[in-house]
Amino acid sequence: MASSDEAVGDIPDGATIMIGGFGLCGIPENLIRALVHKGVKDLNTISNNVGVDGFGMGLLLAAGQIRSHVGSYVGENRLLEQMILENRIDLTLVPQGTFSERIRAGGAGIPAFYTPTGFGTQVAENKETREFDGRLYVMERALKADFALIKAWKGDKSGNLVYRKTARNFNPMMAAAAKVTIAEVENLVEVGELDPDCIHTPSIYVKRILKGELYERRIERRTLTKPA
Amino acid sequence: MAKDLDKRERIVKRIARELRDGFYVNLGIGMPTLVANYVPRGIQVVLQSENGMLGIGPYPLEGQEDPDLINAGKETVTEMPGTSYFSSADSFAMIRGGHIDLSVLGAMEVDEEGNIANWMIPGKMVKGMGGAMDLVASAKRVVVAMEHTTREGKSKILKQCTLPLTGSKVVDTVVTELAYIRVTPTGLVLEEIAPGLSPEDVQKSTAAKLTISPNLKAMEF
Repeated sequence: MASSDEAVGDIPDGATIMIGGFGLCGIPENLIRALVHKGVKDLNTISNNVGVDGFGMGLLLAAGQIRSHVGSYVGENRLLEQMILENRIDLTLVPQGTFSERIRAGGAGIPAFYTPTGFGTQVAENKETREFDGRLYVMERALKADFALIKAWKGDKSGNLVYRKTARNFNPMMAAAAKVTIAEVENLVEVGELDPDCIHTPSIYVKRILKGELYERRIERRTLTKPA
Repeated sequence: MAKDLDKRERIVKRIARELRDGFYVNLGIGMPTLVANYVPRGIQVVLQSENGMLGIGPYPLEGQEDPDLINAGKETVTEMPGTSYFSSADSFAMIRGGHIDLSVLGAMEVDEEGNIANWMIPGKMVKGMGGAMDLVASAKRVVVAMEHTTREGKSKILKQCTLPLTGSKVVDTVVTELAYIRVTPTGLVLEEIAPGLSPEDVQKSTAAKLTISPNLKAMEF
């Protein structure tokens, strides 16, 4: 893929899209910008967070491109909180471990699973529950998508990916859970250059790969230790 | 403000005394994160961050912050020797699988049954539960770190939670600036009280009924 614009070129209005990252860490910032640029509408997004006001998925939100969202935490986004309280977005909040496992299950051919998380709370309402060995569990369904937009540190031209530090987060599971996975990387290398023992996401999951045009790599909360 | 800081410091110092050598610990966003500043001498714990890291170190020095290295509160951190990184699915398998010795979280409400509410106020605030529901459901021990009352002076320890729950019957211990309270099958037991207070003083600030432990002690910080 020559550019982010080209990579997202066939994403239609109404598509269901997984977007990697935790907060602003490990988000596909170039592919998100390309979606904003394309102006695609009525998106159903699946992502742990929704960026912040003015960056990452916050840009999609501000442009009115998101119809529904599934995630676990939306606390950094004032516009979103406002939209929720005014009922202007269809939001589903999912416990983060259930969220990550639903995506993993989606890519692994598992339609549903039982988890103790959320039993006896609002998230278990209208769901099947079952007792195993004296403990109560909630049944949760797998999550899948039409497209996954993910970010890795390094990738080769066949789509093998390596992530860096906590920027890995949801990216590997999302890579497997979508019909079309598009990966942007900071460093794109030739096939054979990555150590096969150190690949986090094997190429089979990645349909398109490109080197991102611009990395702002914004930090959400710069916390520092004062020198002694 | 100075008084609030003092309260929070007491709470996190007392909780730090619950740490044991070799523990794998998850500290929630906000006040619980400060527990890391008071790990007792001679004890080593490994801090887990649910965004995919074991071995959180201190905040970086200026110029050494790395956008790819953050904790669950999205703060820049550093890594300790022996750190590992993994995906969110692996991180929560670790949590759900019962491998975390101690989870410390903040709360808006806790009740007599060990129920906890900390993720939304209907019609007013929606932030989401993040990883809190998974942590309270499956950590070996769940300790709540919170101020005893709201800013308006209302008890946060109730007979029954009124807000949507984060977890049902999951809390083991509640630590506030006034008291150390254990959740038992027969209700809340007041184990320790802040120096200078009587059990009656603590009960007056608490909507739930407290049973006084036969071994009642003064809190040490």
